[in-house]
Amino acid sequence: MSLTYHLQVINLLAALLLLISFAMLSQRRIVGLITLFAWQGAALSTSTALVAWSTNQHHLYYSAGLTLALKVIAMPWFFYRLVKKLDVDHDVEPMINIPTTMLIGIVLVIFAFNLALPISQMSGTVMRSTLGIAMACVLLAFLMMITRSKAIPQVIGFMAMENGLFFAATSATYGMPLVVEMGVALDVMVALFVLGIMSFQIRESFDSMDLKHMEKLKEL
Amino acid sequence: MSIGILLQIAQTLAAILLAPLLMGWVNQCRAWLQGRSAPPLMQPYRVLKKLFHKDVAIAHNASPLFRFAPYMIFSCMALAAGIVPTIANDLAFSPAADVIALVGVFALARIFQALAAMDIGTAFGSLGARREMLVSFLAEPALLMVVFTASLISQSTELPIIVETLAHREFAIYPSMAFAAVAFWMISTAENARIPVDNPTTHLELTMIHEAMILEYSARHLALIEWAVALKLFTYSALGIALFVPWGIAPRGDLAALPLAVLALLAKMIAGGATLSLLEATAAKLRLFRVPEFLGTAFLLGVLGMLIHFLLEV
Repeated sequence: MSLTYHLQVINLLAALLLLISFAMLSQRRIVGLITLFAWQGAALSTSTALVAWSTNQHHLYYSAGLTLALKVIAMPWFFYRLVKKLDVDHDVEPMINIPTTMLIGIVLVIFAFNLALPISQMSGTVMRSTLGIAMACVLLAFLMMITRSKAIPQVIGFMAMENGLFFAATSATYGMPLVVEMGVALDVMVALFVLGIMSFQIRESFDSMDLKHMEKLKEL
Repeated sequence: MSIGILLQIAQTLAAILLAPLLMGWVNQCRAWLQGRSAPPLMQPYRVLKKLFHKDVAIAHNASPLFRFAPYMIFSCMALAAGIVPTIANDLAFSPAADVIALVGVFALARIFQALAAMDIGTAFGSLGARREMLVSFLAEPALLMVVFTASLISQSTELPIIVETLAHREFAIYPSMAFAAVAFWMISTAENARIPVDNPTTHLELTMIHEAMILEYSARHLALIEWAVALKLFTYSALGIALFVPWGIAPRGDLAALPLAVLALLAKMIAGGATLSLLEATAAKLRLFRVPEFLGTAFLLGVLGMLIHFLLEV
């Protein structure tokens, strides 16, 4: 291997991101899911800061800081509080059993790696080979949203998908312009608050956080 | 070549003699972490001595297989201990057996264990044998995936060459090995009958796997099996060291590095035993029907490691 050390560390962090995605997929408890989400944010923030340092892209420092503040501190804190208030911390039975979900996950990873191969060859960044991992993270988060029936795991899946997209942007083009990133961060915050309020409303109406109950609505 | 043979014999003997010590160390750490007063470090040797001095009691309907199995299991484990490089890389056996053969040797020992357990015809024996087979048929492919990841990096399935590549070439971080390491930990808990898959100290019929298989054994047979269990733990630790922290193992033809290699091995085994007991103390035992999920995850992590290798390291 002729890669420099910081690049090797970035690759390791990328692999860690994928590992955490799989851990989230197999996690049954909501609190564990939130902790894993915070760790994923931490890995993402560290790798972005490392990319910024190794390529002298100063705007990436801001992105890394934004990630750290939002996804490692603010959002997990918000989720912990939400779970405590709603008192929903018990085992969540996913709609497909976990080994099957993991198998589907592996297929998605292979698909994402193959999909990213031609794209990453066109890209000129030093960390283009991690694009496949970023796409795999997006697809795995998507899978998590599909297989969970409760509201909070779905929201976390959505946030994890945003993590994957952010990593894809960093690895393909050294991140988006700062204005776009700020906009995305704001969007995510708004989505988070809306979903937070929504989940209270869902529970008020159905006495449960299971979104299957929403199907009743259409018969009226 | 003659040095290779000498080193091979010395290393195998050292593994056989030191294995109960590692077991004693793990038990001691675990007792400390659980807030109990610890048994002495030499306790496993005392147990072995006691068992060797007892008279054997064997069921009337036991077949010769039952008597033969402990010797077979012990010699399989001794052979396995000889294959994995612990202090020196210059092993005479190494061209004869690679990691795939190592997995096969473990499987052979396991088959004899299960057959002997079913031989007497007690309920517990066959229950233990079935559970063991359930666990091992899932653990084995996962272990193969882990060693394949290391083999892909070093382009060889021979352990000395893998160690050579990982330890003595230019230092590089392999993300795939991170996946393999997590998978390897999961597999080794299953294979060595440790928490979270099995509890080595329980005799509760609902949960025991390994203990259920050896209930009928006594005296020297039991001693050999206990010793083989310790040897298996030692061999797995040595395999983990060879794959993930191989620095310090003496390279081929470098006899001056041997004393340092012995010290490095001792330090790594002490740290490894403490880590194992820490992980055991913080984990809860899994329900038996969660074990396939646990090992399925290990297998997936092994496969992911290989995929990551192709993506990032080729």
